[in-house]
Amino acid sequence: MAATEQRPIGFGRLKRKEDPRFLRGEGTYVDDVKLPGMLHGAILRSPLAHARIVSIDTSAAQQHPKVRVVVTGRDLEGLGLAWMPTLSADTQAVLATDKVRFQGQEVAFVVAEDRYAARDALELIEVDYEPLPVVSDVRRALDPDAPVIRDDKEGQTTNRIFDWEAGDEAETERVLADADVVVVTQEIPFQRVHPAPLETCGSVADMDPVTGKLRLWTTSQAPHAHRTLYAMVAGIPEHRIQVIAPDIGGGFGNKVPIYPGYVCSIVGSILTGRPVKWMEDRTENLTSTGFARDYLMRGRIAADRDGRIRGLRVDVLADHGAFNATAQPSKYPAGFFHIFTGSYDLEAAYCSVRGVYTNKAPGGVAYRCSFRVTEAAYLVERMVDLLAAELEMDPVELRMRNLIRSDQFPYTTKTGWEYDSGDYHATMREALRIAGYDELRREQAERRARGEHMGIGVSFFTETVGAGPKAKMDIAGLGMADGAELRVHPTGTAVVRLSVQTQGQGHETTFAQIVAEELGIPPEDVEVVHGDTDQTPFGLGTYGSRSTPVSGAAVAMVSRKVRDKARLIASAALEVAPEDLAWERGRWFVKGDPEQGRTIQELALAAHGTLTLPDGVEGHLDAEAVYDPPNLTYPCGAYIAVVDVDPATGEVRLRRFVAVDDCGVRINPMIVEGQIHGGLAEGAGIALMQHIAFDEQGNCLGGSFMYYGGRWSLEVPDWELGETVTPSPHHPIGAKGVGESSNVGSPPAIVNAIVDALAPFGVRHVDMPATPGRVWEAIRSASGTAAPPR
Amino acid sequence: MQVPAPFEYVRASSVGEAIDLLERLGPEARLVAGGHSLLPMMKLRLATPEHLIDINPLAGELGDVREEGGEVRIGAMTRHRDVLESELLVRRFPIMRDAERRIADPPVRNRGTIGGALCQADPSEDLSAVCAALKASVVIRGRGGDRVLDMVAFHRGPYETAVGDAEMLVEVRVPVRPHGGSAYEKVERRAGDWAIAAAGAALWLDGATVADAGIALSAVNPRGVRCERAEQALVGRPPSEEAFAEAAALAAEDCDPIADQRGSAEYKRHLARELTHRALRRAAERTLAS
Ligand SMILES: Cc1cc2nc3c(=O)[nH]c(=O)nc-3n(C[C@H](O)[C@H](O)[C@H](O)COP(=O)(O)OP(=O)(O)OC[C@H]3O[C@@H](n4cnc5c(N)ncnc54)[C@H](O)[C@@H]3O)c2cc1C
Repeated sequence: MAATEQRPIGFGRLKRKEDPRFLRGEGTYVDDVKLPGMLHGAILRSPLAHARIVSIDTSAAQQHPKVRVVVTGRDLEGLGLAWMPTLSADTQAVLATDKVRFQGQEVAFVVAEDRYAARDALELIEVDYEPLPVVSDVRRALDPDAPVIRDDKEGQTTNRIFDWEAGDEAETERVLADADVVVVTQEIPFQRVHPAPLETCGSVADMDPVTGKLRLWTTSQAPHAHRTLYAMVAGIPEHRIQVIAPDIGGGFGNKVPIYPGYVCSIVGSILTGRPVKWMEDRTENLTSTGFARDYLMRGRIAADRDGRIRGLRVDVLADHGAFNATAQPSKYPAGFFHIFTGSYDLEAAYCSVRGVYTNKAPGGVAYRCSFRVTEAAYLVERMVDLLAAELEMDPVELRMRNLIRSDQFPYTTKTGWEYDSGDYHATMREALRIAGYDELRREQAERRARGEHMGIGVSFFTETVGAGPKAKMDIAGLGMADGAELRVHPTGTAVVRLSVQTQGQGHETTFAQIVAEELGIPPEDVEVVHGDTDQTPFGLGTYGSRSTPVSGAAVAMVSRKVRDKARLIASAALEVAPEDLAWERGRWFVKGDPEQGRTIQELALAAHGTLTLPDGVEGHLDAEAVYDPPNLTYPCGAYIAVVDVDPATGEVRLRRFVAVDDCGVRINPMIVEGQIHGGLAEGAGIALMQHIAFDEQGNCLGGSFMYYGGRWSLEVPDWELGETVTPSPHHPIGAKGVGESSNVGSPPAIVNAIVDALAPFGVRHVDMPATPGRVWEAIRSASGTAAPPR
Repeated sequence: MQVPAPFEYVRASSVGEAIDLLERLGPEARLVAGGHSLLPMMKLRLATPEHLIDINPLAGELGDVREEGGEVRIGAMTRHRDVLESELLVRRFPIMRDAERRIADPPVRNRGTIGGALCQADPSEDLSAVCAALKASVVIRGRGGDRVLDMVAFHRGPYETAVGDAEMLVEVRVPVRPHGGSAYEKVERRAGDWAIAAAGAALWLDGATVADAGIALSAVNPRGVRCERAEQALVGRPPSEEAFAEAAALAAEDCDPIADQRGSAEYKRHLARELTHRALRRAAERTLAS
């Protein structure tokens, strides 16, 4: 079959193989799993943010006719499971024993015949709480009189978790003192947000009392890592644990951690001898599972008058909630934050990060980014814009003067990251071209003369994805190498098994295309198997845009191994030396005699057939590979947002958005564009609306989509996408990962545009989310007057 | 999945039967129309009725929009979508379409009803302000017959109306008066969201002066919806920017917003003024165009 544009054999715009089942509503999500005799669990949660548990009375719930078992923290203590380790060397309560530390914390677990009865029974449990003072403002967490939230931890006498720094403080201070212009910011908070995948978290645990095998269907972005952790924590031998992540309805980082509910479903199944399903509802997802961001940043940036940026310093107060449960693979407590120097060639840089406990839900997770890259990109891109305003220089001009030049790669930043490749100036120029930047500035001047408030915002970001090299990355001591297995069947179709798990990224298509590109097998003939630890090789999962950089590399490698083996088989079949064979898509042929050749399908049959194979060739056509990334990959992008602001109401209309991404080689450009669209919509939501806020008592104010929600398709412009392609030099196919770039790059572009629109009022900064109220307040406090009605 | 507490379900096939059921089943019974306010509250267990009386079978009996006796009569079961698409309403009261375009999203509008919206009496609900600005009245039916109330008497405050036990709303009546124009302005955080603040305005002219005015606010006025002082400030004057500004200032003065995640009280008060002004301006344009 010949390749066409619609049906490429290899890279190209292939429609996603998985979409027909999703579009028809025929996917199988965790909540679709129904096992014979399955029971249902529900969690009683704390209504208070901080309180001592005086007593828990479950007797009435236990008498509910449909209730099978009620579990409390005390019961779990008996099993050694009341607390579990987090991915950040802390502990987290599975079910509270001593105190509750955030509103929504897990207190008891009911297992009943159906989910309605389980919920009804929750109301029969009586908990006597003794309220304690609450820390809901991160700025107050270290006050001398602040209550100590983690009094369960020996030696913990304050709410401090860690202090961490990167870069050279003395040198940075010297440069800041030496520069012509120093911009000192007010605070730049990145508010607490939540990834809010449409499918909430849940699990079905089935501990087979006969075989002693635990099967766990779960909403996991990292099934293998979860299996290992369950083995370590629960003491179930790892070979008797099968973790299955079926279709997953979005993850965005939210499904990396292990949540108390998963553990409870396992305990419930052990105690009842029946499968137990636990599926949280929307409020539970928003109020108790991994949040993201919540960084209070303060920056100082310095430049010379001619626009040469010299140094950047940032000090951060990081709100980690009640347990330090950050789900991230780096060895640094602030994750990848020290990439805050962004895309600029600086003389000196320094950051300090102080992590503290508060009475809020634990986390954070990397919401569609490598952990803390979004915060870092937002900080530096706001700082550069503040500097441009101070220098009275066009923000594009300032960036162009300071972007790392293409001849400087590989480029080592002042905080130790080694950027692999890029042509930042070309990427920026492409964005300017698509946007018609000069024309936009002319239009803005005209509108300003008419009293209209149009803003143009630019951001340039560098992402750091594909975790990662073992020296810098691990999860609970597990290194971040991922496996792939490829088997070509006698008839020439193939199955490739991956360690990573898709949550909507189109793995079933992309990875089939990698095999297709390497072997010339049509992608529809390649079955992609993933998400089941019994079926797939080990690896650490999908987050931090790592699937293509890591598993994509493993799949390319395993395909090449198969190709090499096929060559030996071809040499036997054609009776020539392997060196005399050449490869063209899908076929080995004799050099100088191209008619003489064998397709991969023919060779697959031969490999399983009666052909006498060369010495040392074991037969069959399959291989295994493990890819251990030597470095991260560094995608980048230039984004331009255009907004119109109504100063009398504070409403912001996002009129245009140009996104030029350089993610290296694009395997399936359509999937890449889809990923960018999604991240842009999320970024717009974060910039304009999303906020998990708390009141003084620690009540969560963002517990439903009525209060917390993203942008609709109605409210986002037609995204104008562009690309430049700088292949990663160290990656087998030159791909860099793109799932998250647009969430990283878009918030600063939008905020920069809003601030640009409001510059005539003297506004320097608007906090996210830039709701109409916030925008109006910013105008008023900058100009001293509310804008007059038009 | 959020799941409601246990309840019994029954369908009513006529208004009479619905009222009988309400009477028989007592105060723990609730009517369910579109369900887009009631069911979310039940799922969150903020509402735990023991019986639901489904009045969707009355969509035919109570789902009509027609002009009769100098009034446009809108049946209580008229869906948001039918209000939005009614040619008669757009022609007579363009404020209706202004508001409906901004209420929720198509799935909600396909089910939600004007009766449910008014009876829910959410402080941020839009149609109460629309009906108040238009000086509409509502018909409440019980065993003893019909009562006709104006919006001020009907809408008693947040989540509270004049509908009594074993009574239901059956119709909204909007008087058709000459030389009228109306408009609705709303600011929300995202499309389909509840208002941060919203203002409805209707004007009726007598020659070159305002004969009557209706001004009502949503989301900023827990005590009621109409702004009578602001309305009075316009009567007898030509519809001018100056008069509108004055009325808008009075509306803002008389409202009582509370600070929440949607915005500070000050901002909302500012919006009340800005949006009242804009609504009046647009209502006046429409008056002059009619
Ligand atoms: C996502 C979402 C967004 C929304 N956004 C908006 C918005 O922007 N603006 C806005 O105004 N509204 C909004 N709404 C509310 C929506 O318009 C509701 O549908 C409407 O307010 C209630 O109508 P209903 O027919 O669904 O009422 P139901 O939910 O069925 O009933 C609501 C209440 O009224 C009672 N009731 C219903 N009919 C009668 C009757 N005939 N007589 C007496 N009592 C009755 C019920 O017993 C119940 O107490 C939104 C709703 C949702 C879910």
